[in-house]
Amino acid sequence: MSAVMTTPVGRLRALGRAELALLGRNRSAVVTALLVPLALPFSVRPAVDQMDLKGEGLSVGSVMLTAAIGFSLLFAVYSSLVSAFVARREELVLKRLRTGELGDAEILAGTGLPAVCVGFVQSVLLAVACVLLLDAGAPAMPQLVVLGLLFGLFLSAALAALTASVTKTAESAQVTALPVLFASMLGSGIIIPLQLLPDRVAAVCEFLPLSPAIRLISGGWNGDLSGYDALGAVLTALAWTVLGVFAVRRWFRWEPRR
Amino acid sequence: MDTNEHEHVIEVTDLRRVYGGGFEAVRGITFSVRRGEVFALLGTNGAGKTSTVELLEGLAPASGGRVRVLGHDPYSERAAVRPRTGVMLQEGGFPSELTVAETARMWAGCTSGARPEAEALALVGLARRADVRVKQLSGGERRRLDLALALLGSPEVLFLDEPTTGLDAEGRRDTWELVRALRDGGTTVLLTTHYLEEAEGLADRLAILSEGRIAVTGTPAEVTAGRPSRISFELPSGYFVGDLPPLGPLGVVGHEVAGRVVRLETRELQRAATGLLVWAEGAGIELRRLEVRSASLEEAFLGIAREQQGVTV
Repeated sequence: MSAVMTTPVGRLRALGRAELALLGRNRSAVVTALLVPLALPFSVRPAVDQMDLKGEGLSVGSVMLTAAIGFSLLFAVYSSLVSAFVARREELVLKRLRTGELGDAEILAGTGLPAVCVGFVQSVLLAVACVLLLDAGAPAMPQLVVLGLLFGLFLSAALAALTASVTKTAESAQVTALPVLFASMLGSGIIIPLQLLPDRVAAVCEFLPLSPAIRLISGGWNGDLSGYDALGAVLTALAWTVLGVFAVRRWFRWEPRR
Repeated sequence: MDTNEHEHVIEVTDLRRVYGGGFEAVRGITFSVRRGEVFALLGTNGAGKTSTVELLEGLAPASGGRVRVLGHDPYSERAAVRPRTGVMLQEGGFPSELTVAETARMWAGCTSGARPEAEALALVGLARRADVRVKQLSGGERRRLDLALALLGSPEVLFLDEPTTGLDAEGRRDTWELVRALRDGGTTVLLTTHYLEEAEGLADRLAILSEGRIAVTGTPAEVTAGRPSRISFELPSGYFVGDLPPLGPLGVVGHEVAGRVVRLETRELQRAATGLLVWAEGAGIELRRLEVRSASLEEAFLGIAREQQGVTV
């Protein structure tokens, strides 16, 4: 064949570009993805002010920063991708894509790419805003913050793919996404730092899927994470990553139920 | 590229597909398609056409038997097969909020050796609809868009699942001409349809599926050859079947009476029709609603459907 063969990068670019256009045309997705992560951290501000942060060596700025990035992961990435995966599946777009040259992993990555990029850019902007406006200070261990953010973005997308698989329609996505949203907001240290929870509860919550990512972001910023704790968080996040990849390969639904 | 004309581009051996609930949609079918052939799969709804085509397209693994497309397993050797095949599913598969041009651009970015998008859209007469969103297209236009994308990479093998469903008469004719032109250019085409005239006019060979098995296969001429032709008419009041001339000597092999309507089956259409008309002329009667029809694919198809229901005529 004389034809020019496509490459994974080229295919991802083509699919990602189309998905970005679709994201931009879905008004409720734009509002959820862009405004909620901006608005929510400020709505929890009064609660943060009530918390006994000093005792745990935390500052308002860094707690707000963690909350902001957490909300970005949950709304710009997780929520918006649940809807996107369900909508593409129900319109048979995923099935049609599978008849072409894209591999399964490429289809998922390409579909998730714009939302993951929005989440990344938003997290960076929110972090900068927290530093400038709330005196969050410079990150003590930036490499842990970046690692945590990457784990968080990946796991949010994987959780979205799994949630989509148990969601029948784009409308019901608003309900099926709730358990992960609430569990993560309350139990993964996004609204309430895990340090403030009773020890026993915190010990369990540490193992929620987004907890290690949030811990790396928060601890990496404050510098209150020991090498041992950091390693534990990285290993937990890795375990969730492996589990997430396995679960998506095993359970992701490519076609509507008939 | 292998240009051997006798090469079997699609080979299916004892293919089976069992769904999760235990339903066996494809129950051991075998056929092959040569390079440059148009092969049609016919069958009633639920006969297993789409279940079969999906296995050929590599969307699902076979539960049993073997599929080879261009010498590869289309499911496990996806990367080797996909750049050389084009697929049109039975139904849509495009985001409704993208425009026609955006959809084509996306698909072109994922297709090796893609021709210019505008050219592909022009092939199916959609060039003027490029800036329209997919959700605003008519059902027929969506089929055309689907076909345009299947043709983007100038595939060696084309799978078309009900390509003309939802098209008007003109659109259907355009699609047929396109398929013929592709075949003349060496493309191998496997299509499913429930329009019998489509299969009769387009296919070099065909198979009629029934309950997941191939009931009959061959060229359209071979498939219809074994089937009787039909004569039907209405007897005027006062006349009964017994008044007809002896049917055996006229070459009639079966008859059926429903009210005043008589239906005859024959393998010697001209002799039977002549005998009947000469008799009517002699008796001075007019046979109303007279129909004389040679065996067609429709006969073959209906015959198989009847056999499937256990009804003999």
